[in-house]
Amino acid sequence: MSGSLFTLDARTKARNAAERRFRAYGLGAIVIALLALVWLLISIFSAGLPAFRQTFLTFPVTLDASQLDKSGTGDVAQLSKITTITYAKILGQSLEAAIAAKGIDLGGAKPKQVADLISQESAATLRSKVMADPALIGTTIDFTTLASGRIDGYYKGRVTMDSAALDKNTSPEQLRLADKLKEAGMLAVRFNTGFLTMPDASDKRPEAAGLGIAILGSFMIMAVVLVLSLPIGVAASIYLEEFAPKNWITDLIEVNIANLAAVPSIVYGILGLAIFINFAGLPQSAPIVGGLVLTLMTLPRIIIPTRAALKAVPPSIRDAALGVGASRLQTVFHHVLPLAMPGILTGMIIGLAQALGETAPLLLIGMVAFVRDVPGGLFDPASALPVQVYNWTQRGDPGFVERASGAIIVLLVFLIIMNTAAIILRRKFERRW
Amino acid sequence: MKDLVMETRVDTQTIKIKAEKAQVFYGTNHAIKDVDVEIMDKTVTAFIGPSGCGKSTFLRCLNRMNDTIPSCRVEGSITLDGDDIYDARVDPVQLRAKVGMVFQKPNPFPKSIYDNVAYGPKIHGLTRTKAELDEVVESCLRKAALWNEVKDRLHSPGTGLSGGQQQRLCIARAIATSPEVLLMDEPCSALDPIATAQVEELIDELRSQFSVVIVTHSMQQAARVSQRTAFFHLGNLVEFGETGQIFTNPKDPRTESYITGRIG
Repeated sequence: MSGSLFTLDARTKARNAAERRFRAYGLGAIVIALLALVWLLISIFSAGLPAFRQTFLTFPVTLDASQLDKSGTGDVAQLSKITTITYAKILGQSLEAAIAAKGIDLGGAKPKQVADLISQESAATLRSKVMADPALIGTTIDFTTLASGRIDGYYKGRVTMDSAALDKNTSPEQLRLADKLKEAGMLAVRFNTGFLTMPDASDKRPEAAGLGIAILGSFMIMAVVLVLSLPIGVAASIYLEEFAPKNWITDLIEVNIANLAAVPSIVYGILGLAIFINFAGLPQSAPIVGGLVLTLMTLPRIIIPTRAALKAVPPSIRDAALGVGASRLQTVFHHVLPLAMPGILTGMIIGLAQALGETAPLLLIGMVAFVRDVPGGLFDPASALPVQVYNWTQRGDPGFVERASGAIIVLLVFLIIMNTAAIILRRKFERRW
Repeated sequence: MKDLVMETRVDTQTIKIKAEKAQVFYGTNHAIKDVDVEIMDKTVTAFIGPSGCGKSTFLRCLNRMNDTIPSCRVEGSITLDGDDIYDARVDPVQLRAKVGMVFQKPNPFPKSIYDNVAYGPKIHGLTRTKAELDEVVESCLRKAALWNEVKDRLHSPGTGLSGGQQQRLCIARAIATSPEVLLMDEPCSALDPIATAQVEELIDELRSQFSVVIVTHSMQQAARVSQRTAFFHLGNLVEFGETGQIFTNPKDPRTESYITGRIG
């Protein structure tokens, strides 16, 4: 090589240019990935955040004894014969009376349209309230209840005067009346805890649909997966990594575990349907079956990182323990396992997070069912968060679009919590050696 | 070389470990061939030889650390106090409590200094009370010439010590189970000269209580610390005898070539 160090030769220039190009590609890839993420979050949050707010109506309801307690005895058996149809009538009449009392002009809205401002769910809510406390009959109570889905949609921009004119479920008169009620303080949009606590609702009542049972179901499923897959997965990994002889049988097992981790999750659903429901006779839609199926799916995904974590423990630590006369079991439990713990926990939580978001296998074991009753145990029907999202995206009423996105936000929050837990646990257990 | 050899004397004539026609195979590779060695009690025996000659392999056979390598097979007889250590009735865990080991790279547990030393006595149930255990820990750290440096931070991590201190901690850990034989696999190869000198001094002191077997690449070290020396070459035991004789008057031409630096 000749020439001054200050002049770059052609080869160096070409190499530097190649490096600059490569950096630009990398930077470009990261920018594209970030944009995609931002786009995803913006679309989910803009569509889903309204689900956490809801339009409520507040007005005095006169619980007329002549309609609700015809016998006049207050006998619960008699009271329970009154259906929600009567309660719906009472609500409609009470709202109309309340509007009249405030001196608000109906603006051409017919009594039916006034009553339709109230969610269809409200009659059932009122009936439950009265059945729980029959002493309310004959009194006038201040009742806060959901407004119908169209009215709610109007305050979230989903329904406009133009679309209402074409919609047989609502009308511009109804919307104008709603505006007047809002001015009078009878109608308000505020945070909706019901979205997180209430059960799912039927097609016509998006305003009443909540994630209560789906969240509960997902928790139960996760509990089953955690309780089963942690001990089984860790024990299997320790045996394969530390004790099993290295021969063709263990090689075969290893290949199969790797393959099982790549099996599409819906296959586990078919397996679960065949084994747990058709063969073992466990109930459909039950969190126990969901948990068992997801345990099968999660096991290989836990065993692989756990074995990797065990393998990453330096052999010198094993030598040291064996050298002072520790047995193999003592070596594993006193020295290897504590050092592998951060890796095992991370693998565990990532496996659980995958299971939490899994939909397909749950569809096959019937968790897609419409469940209104709070499950009392692992064998009662329940729903699950991802299935609820899937379910709501299929509903006709546009009110369910925001609810599906809202459910995705809830799911994402749980995933973020789990991943944060993984990071915290990792930090806590991490030690130098 | 002559001036390096210390005035050494073998204190006892009791045979602690005796290997007869020992063979080691790794799969089909015949790593150790027909080795006959007698390791005396309360004596430092050095294994020297070029890299890959099998000295570490043979050392690891003496407390069955080779058991962890699935393809490794040992034939012939190796006895400790007359008992065949490869007999089916022998539990390697019990053997390793009697034949302790110090490794090439310092490998303290990622636990406190105290726990490192206390681990062996704990798992073997050698002490009854906390006070007894404290005593064992202190005496082992003193024997390993580490006590004065660590007595104020017994509960700080052992991995936070310097390399030489870590190796002395590993020696303290190894002697805490009161072994009868201490195997050392190149214990000073990761240490600086000062730490090496400390460990060598320690080995000489340990000789009064244990039989010590040390593998080393440094012939000076072998000359300084050992009373008996075995020279391995290509899996064979070429020569075995008094250290003074090996270094000053080797019988085998290969030994002479090695110690004068012509092979290895």
